[in-house]
Amino acid sequence: MTTVPIDTASSPGVVMELLYSLRVKDAMTSSVITASTTARLRHVQDLMREHAITAVPILDGERLLGIVSIGDIIQALDSGTMERPAAEVMTSSVVTLDEDMPLSFAVTYFDRYKYGRFPVLAVNGRLAGIITASDVLRRLLIALNEEIGRMEQRIAGRQPPSEGPLPSMELSFGSAPLDFTRAGNISARFKKTLTEKGCPPTIARRVAVASYELELNQVIHSSGGVMRMRVFEDTIEILAQDEGPGIPDLDLAMREGYSTANEWVRSLGFGAGMGLPNVKRVADDFSIESPPGKGTTVRALIAWAKESTN
Amino acid sequence: MVISELQALAEARPVQAEYKDGPIAGGYTSDLLSDVMAHARTGDVLITIQAHKNTVAVAGLVGAPAIVLCNDRPIPDDMVEAAREEGIALFSTLLSQFEVSGRLWKALKV
Repeated sequence: MTTVPIDTASSPGVVMELLYSLRVKDAMTSSVITASTTARLRHVQDLMREHAITAVPILDGERLLGIVSIGDIIQALDSGTMERPAAEVMTSSVVTLDEDMPLSFAVTYFDRYKYGRFPVLAVNGRLAGIITASDVLRRLLIALNEEIGRMEQRIAGRQPPSEGPLPSMELSFGSAPLDFTRAGNISARFKKTLTEKGCPPTIARRVAVASYELELNQVIHSSGGVMRMRVFEDTIEILAQDEGPGIPDLDLAMREGYSTANEWVRSLGFGAGMGLPNVKRVADDFSIESPPGKGTTVRALIAWAKESTN
Repeated sequence: MVISELQALAEARPVQAEYKDGPIAGGYTSDLLSDVMAHARTGDVLITIQAHKNTVAVAGLVGAPAIVLCNDRPIPDDMVEAAREEGIALFSTLLSQFEVSGRLWKALKV
C-alpha cells in the first residue's frame, strides 16, 4: 500500500486542518534501522528480516547516501550478488521529506512517487526518521479520533474545553480615526496575548477576525473609540464602543458588500462591505446598537465549545 | 515548496528577507483585506497588490508567513519595517497576481 486515500484538496475541513497542522515528524518513526555503505547485501537482508522492514537507508556517518529496498535484494538473490556492498546497489537519488513539512506533503508524495517509504531529514540535513503510508494513516486516525471525541462531547452538550481555561483578564485600547499606521495593532495585541496564554489557534483566529474588523470600523468610520477584550472561563468577549457618529441604517450595514467608505479608503483594500458580516460569522453571539447621533457599540462573543467547528 | 523558493517561482526581488524559512501550505490571492481576514489560512502566502503596512498586520493576524506584492507596486518603508518586526517575508515582482497564483498553485499541486 503506497497511496494514501485522502484528497488533500477537497477533504472535509477537519481533515485538511489536521493535515496542515500535523508535521511529518509527528508521524514518522524516528528509530531507523540503517546500514553503512560497506555493509554486504546479505547483512541488509538480515536487517530486513529481523525488523520486518522493506527498505534500509544507507548512511555515511549521519548523512543519507541512498536506500536499499527489498526489490534490490530480490534482484541480488537472483543474480547471486549478495556479497556486494550496499553502496554498489543502492538507489542514490532518494526522494526525502523534511521533518517540519506539514503532513499533507507526505500524502502528496505517496500519491506522486510510488515509493513505500520516504526518509525524513532534519533541518541540518541529517536523517531524522522514516515515514510509511501506514505511519501517516495511523497518526491521522489518532488525530481524527481525538477530534471526533471532542465533537461528540460538544454535541452531548458537555463541552469541556480541551485545554485548561485561560486566566480571566481584561484588556482595552483606544483607536484613533483614520490612523491607518496603527490600524490592526489592537487586534494583534489581543491575538498575541491569547496565544501566549495557551489559547487554541482556532479560537485566537476568530478573536483576531472579529477584533480586526471592529477596530478597522472604528478607524475608518468613527471619531475614535475603545476596543475591549474580556476573557472568561468559557467565552471571550470583544466589545467595540465608539463616540459616533453612529450607523444610520443597521440592516444595510449588516449586508455583505454594502459600504459607506470613501474611494481613498477603498483603494487601500478596506471598505469592502465585509466587516460586520465577518464579525457575525466568527462570533457565537453578536449584538450591535447604534442609536442615531450617538456612538456604536458592538459586542461579539466567542465560546470555547465551538473551538474547531470554524 | 518553502518560502525562499518564492523568489525564483515569482521572479521576485526579496524586499524583506529576515524570516524563518519554512514550508508553504497554500496561497491566498486578494486585494480586499477583509476577504483575506475571512478566508486565508495559516501558512498561506498572501498574493496582492496592496503594498502598505496594514497588509502586514493582516498577514500577521491570519498567520501568513510571506507576502508577494505584484505588478511592481511601490513599497513604502514602513511596510518593510513592519514586516521585519513580524518576521514576514516580502517579495516584489513585475508579474501579475494571476501569474504568481498560477505558478504557486501548480508548484503546490503537482
